[in-house]
This record gives sequence, structure tokens and C-alpha cells, in this order.
Amino acid sequence: MEMNKIESPEESRKLLDKIVFDLTRSIVKKDELTRFWFFILIVFAGVGLWGWAIQIDQGLGVTGMRDYVSWGMYIANFVFFVAFSLVGFLISSAMHLLNIHWVKPISRVAEQVAIAGVALAGIIIVMDMGRPDRLLNVFLHGRFASPIVWDLTVVTTYLTISVLLFYIPLIPDLALLRDRLGDEVPKWKMKIYTILSLGWKGNAKQYKTVYHAMRVLMILIVPVGLSIHTVTSWLFAATLRAGWDTTIFGPYFVAGAFVAGVAAVIILMYIYRIRHGLQEYFEDIHFDKMAKLLVFVSLVYLYFNVNEFLVPGYKMKTAEGIHLSNIFSGGYSLMFWSVQISGLILPTILLLFKFFRKPLSLVIISVVVLATAWLKRFIIVIPTMEHPFLPIQNVPENFHHYAPTSIEIMITLFSFCAAILIISVLAKFFPVITIWEYAEEKGIDKKYLSEQPKN
Amino acid sequence: MDKNTRRKFMKTLGASIGAAGIIGSSSLLSSCNKVETVAGDKITLLTSSGELVEVDKAMLKPADMPSLSENQKRGREGLPGKSWVMVIDLAKCRNARECMKACQNHHQLRPEQHHINVLQMQDTEDTAPYYMPKPCKHCDNPPCTKVCPVNATFKRDDGIVLIDNERCIGCRFCVAACPYSARVFHWFEPRDAEKYEGVAYNIECNVPQKKGTISKCLFSADRLRDDKLPTCVSACPNGVYWFGDRNEDAVTNGTTKETVSFSKLVKDNAAYTLMAELGTKPRVYYLPPKDRTSPFQGNIEEHHS
Repeated sequence: MEMNKIESPEESRKLLDKIVFDLTRSIVKKDELTRFWFFILIVFAGVGLWGWAIQIDQGLGVTGMRDYVSWGMYIANFVFFVAFSLVGFLISSAMHLLNIHWVKPISRVAEQVAIAGVALAGIIIVMDMGRPDRLLNVFLHGRFASPIVWDLTVVTTYLTISVLLFYIPLIPDLALLRDRLGDEVPKWKMKIYTILSLGWKGNAKQYKTVYHAMRVLMILIVPVGLSIHTVTSWLFAATLRAGWDTTIFGPYFVAGAFVAGVAAVIILMYIYRIRHGLQEYFEDIHFDKMAKLLVFVSLVYLYFNVNEFLVPGYKMKTAEGIHLSNIFSGGYSLMFWSVQISGLILPTILLLFKFFRKPLSLVIISVVVLATAWLKRFIIVIPTMEHPFLPIQNVPENFHHYAPTSIEIMITLFSFCAAILIISVLAKFFPVITIWEYAEEKGIDKKYLSEQPKN
Repeated sequence: MDKNTRRKFMKTLGASIGAAGIIGSSSLLSSCNKVETVAGDKITLLTSSGELVEVDKAMLKPADMPSLSENQKRGREGLPGKSWVMVIDLAKCRNARECMKACQNHHQLRPEQHHINVLQMQDTEDTAPYYMPKPCKHCDNPPCTKVCPVNATFKRDDGIVLIDNERCIGCRFCVAACPYSARVFHWFEPRDAEKYEGVAYNIECNVPQKKGTISKCLFSADRLRDDKLPTCVSACPNGVYWFGDRNEDAVTNGTTKETVSFSKLVKDNAAYTLMAELGTKPRVYYLPPKDRTSPFQGNIEEHHS
């Protein structure tokens, strides 16, 4: 995109006022719908937490997991949230470093997704523990040979860098809110903006520091981002089980994560666009580009799927063959094929046509992609565990097959609500697009940003 | 010294508890330390065969149990100079399941929890089915201990893979990693949890079991310390199990008490380990089910359900 400098100060000020007005509308506006939305999320998240309390009291036996399928929906959900969060790395780091300008207005949305996803991944894994009260043992007695310790390390690092990558470009915006919102927001909120803006003045030296810090973080998050999902895949690939014992699990997971994350970002862009009237900001062209990005990552993922299923399917080795028969034509076949077709093949084909890259049709496709992405993690985790090497005998019937219980559904519901809650809070407190970056992109000189409004 | 006390106690208790009185000898007694011993007062004890027996309180003497940290420390080190191995003669197994029962009683397990599980196997459609007792393999390249994030499951110098359920966080990564499905998890309160309340934890028999933690076969490490064969080995009526020390090259049959050369037994009978191709290096050897002494009477399910 060409940067066209606006020479006239009046024009610059007028345009900046409009941008600030549009992008802070969601922060300033007080309405019943928002309150109701938060209320619903908190209530459902609370119900889920109650489910966790029951689970702690009675033991993990309240779930559908047993000695053979000992990882169930929680782990599938954990993998989903790690996947979901990886888009932060893709959009606000990798694509920025490649100087792809159109992603700039989307980075903050991607970071919202990253923070919510990785925060919840961390919480879900604790909810899956038999003894969450002993969480500290991981620090006291941590064994570095265990992939869980690697996972813990990269998840916390990724969360830290993602928060910084959200916060640092936010500082000039916070100063803008501090200087311009005045009486439009409550005093406590203004206080938060004032504190968080760290006395930002907007001089060249400060901007230089921000640019520098962002660049360092963007580079740092590349290996961490790749690690987070690769290590998550190793939780499975480090075992000997059929269906997990594969060498391409790392890139297979990373590619799948991009598909889920891009779909999630598209959905959020659409919600912000409609809810806050940001048609001029999340433009049709952005949806078109995101659709193309979705096609690209889907094709990469499809390539890994072909390798992951076709190659062992060609050989049908003993244990592998039993696992693959189960997902190709057995109990999981309906789920497997609907996920592969409606979540991967069909979206890729449809989005090749311009008609489907329009916001509404794209967002519908993205919802399907995101939902099937969740089911895909279920298929990765559970069928393998239902078919260990040795026969399952001398145990009750419910040890043979896994079906999630209502407690598991409650706790999973908590994770969804909590993730959406984090995103909603971030979107309610801070502009969903980086104002100063956007204004600069539109040709407004930075000096106008730090001007105090006349009124 | 503590061995002597325990021996004396065993004698006093007499045959009703017998040599199997592991819980009585080690753990339960320590809980009775505080009990005032008045002659004539009866106390109910649980034997390792799952029976409740009434004993005169005056007959109880406190055992010298090492403190928890001491127990955990020596439990991690193992028995010096030993290298335990087990040989299972599949030709002898008649599915009596005495091993399973004795094991569940020794280790406070529910009926569906198996440290040792007798499986009905059939290698191919055309070959005869057979019974296969399946304990933990105590692998020399154990996939389970590698993945444990907190070192709650570990391999000792004498070859035994043990669990510290005071440290286990219940992530169940070891369950996912074990190709032999040897591990069980306490999804609920363990069996008879109330009876074991206040009993000092013995890492070598993983009792008392704890909700939200892992358990598995331990080769009855507590009994080995007392110079006894593992519970399952002793309980077998059919001479299926041989157990011993690889360093001494000697294994003893739990039923006949006959001791033979381990290497010769393994070589002469073409012994194999389960799924050797996985590289886990199991310490449990199987003698093929040839020349069987009894017919297979089970109902063979499909190998992979």
C-alpha cells in the first residue's frame, strides 16, 4: 500500500479525529448488550468452574476417561487452544517481518487471540491434572527430559512475548486515549490508561524505542511460536502409540494451528466490523486477503494431512492399520471425513472463488473451519488411546470407549467462555486496531498524534 | 533390626495372616503405634489376602518403619547389587487368577485395577489362544519414566520402575507413554481408603494409594526387601512364575520353590520379551505356550478390541 502523505494540518487533524472517534467508539459506548454479553460469559464460565470444583472433590472419575483412554476432551481442548493462539505469531510477527502491509490493522486482533488462547491452554492443562494442588512440583522437581516441562517453558514464554507484543504497540494508543477521552470514560479507566501509557509523549526517540522493541519481540517470537506447537505435538509423538508415533507431527500441528487461528481472526474481524461499524477499517480487501491466507495455510495443512494419513494408510502396518481403519471406516469415520471435507477440502476450494471471499460468506466458512478444527484435535487424541497394543480385558465396559461426561462439557464450556471473556475485555478496554499505526498508514504525520485536542 | 521386629511380629500373629501379611507387617502396624495396648482388647486388621482378622491388641508391637523421607530415599535407591527379572511360563498358566487377586489385595486396588492382568491372547487366527499374565515390564529403556515431568516415576539401580505417589501430579503422561498398558490411575478414592487413613506411605508397595495419582506393578519391592518373592509369584498355584536376580543368574519358581539358572531357562525355552521391536528392553520374559498342561477354556476376544 502506498503511503500518501497528507500535507495540510487541518486535513490531518480532521482525519485523525475521525479515526480516533471510530476506533474508540466501542470503548466509550455504554450499552445493555455489552453488559449482557459479559454477564452471560461470566455466568457460563462460573458454571464451568463449579464443574471443576466437583471434579476436584470426587476425582477425575467424574470424566469419561479411564485407564486406557486416559487423555480425553481436556487434552484435545488444550491442543485446540494452543493451535488457536499460534496465529498471533503468524500475523503480528512473521507477516510483519515480511513487510506485508495489509496485516497491520489485523495484528491486534491476532494478539487478542494469541493471549486468550495460550492463557486458556495453561489453565486447561491444570484442570486435566489429577493433583492440581501439586502444580508446584513441576517447578520443585521439574525434570528437563519431560516434554511437559518443555511445554510449560514455551507456553509461559509465548504468553509473555504475546502480552508484550500486544502492550508495546499499545502504549502510544494508550497515551492517545489518556489525552483525548477525557470525561467520556470513567475515572478508574482513565487512571489505568494513564498508568499504562508510561508517560508517553510521542517524541521521535520514544517511537524509535517502540519500533526497536517490537522488532526484537517479533524476531524472538518466531522460534518460540514454532516451539510452542511443535512441543505440544511431541506430547504425542514422543510416545510409541499408533497414530501418534510419527515424525511429521510438529509441522503437521503448526500448519493445522494456522488454519484454526486464521479462521478465528476472520470471525473476530467480522464481529468488530459489524458491531462497531468498522467497515472502513476491516475492509472487504482485508477479508479477501485473509481468505487467500486461509487457502494458503489450508493447502499446506492438506499436504501434511496427505502425508499423515495416506502414507501409513498405504502400508497398513498392524497397529497403525487398526487405528486407521477405525478413523477411515470405523467408529470415528463420520467425524473424520466431515472434518477433512468440510473443514479443509471444501473451504479451500470455495475460497478460490472471489464470491466466497466476501465478508459474510467468508465468516460462515471460518466458523465451520474453526469448529472442525476443534473436532480434529478430538480425532488426534482419542482414537489412538482406544486402541492400545495389548487387548483391553477384565475391565468394565466403559473402559473400552470414551465419551465425555457433562462435567467435561461444563469445564470445556468454561474454557470457551473464559477465552471469549479475555478477548471481550481486551476489545472493550483497548482499540481493536492500532490507531497510531493506522493513522501513519493513512499519511498522518506522527506530530499530530501527540497534540492535545483544543476543546 | 527392623526386619527382626517384623519377623517376631509375624510369628506372634500366626498362620491366620501368614507370610502374606505385608500390610499388617509394615503399614498398618505403624498406624497402631498410638493404640493403648490393653490385654483382651481386640482390633480388626486387614490381611494382604483381603481378609479381616481380629487380633488381640496386646499382641501388637510397633514396627520400626523408616520415616516417610527415609522410606522414599531408600525406595529410590533400590536393593544394592540386585537386578530383578521375571520369567513367565505361558504353558503353565491356567487362568487361575490367584496372582491378580493377591496383587489387588497387596496393593489396595479395586477389582478393575490391575497391576497384573491375565489376558486371553491369540497371535493369529490360525494359532491357539493362550493366557498371558501381564505385569509391568520394568523396562530398561522405560518410556514412562522418561516423560514424567516431576520424577515421580523412576528407575532404580536394581531395575525396578517405581512410583512416588506423594509427588505424582496426575498428568497421566506415563499412561500414554506405556505401550503395555501397565499403568492404572486412581480416578476415584482408592479401595478401602478409610481403612488406610493415617497409614504411613510405603513407596515400595505404593500403599496407601491416593486419589488422582498413578499406580502400577512394583515387583513387590517391599517384599523383596524382606527376602520374599513378589505377591503374584508366591500366589500362583500353577508354577507359572520364575523370579530372581539377573546378576546371580538365578530365578526361583514361586510354586515349586525350585531355583534354576536364568540364562539357561531363557535360552532352552526360546524365551521372548513382549514387543521387543519397540526397544523398551523389558525385564519380564515369556516362555512360549508350547506343550500346554491344560486346555484353553476362555472366550477369546479380538486381539485389538
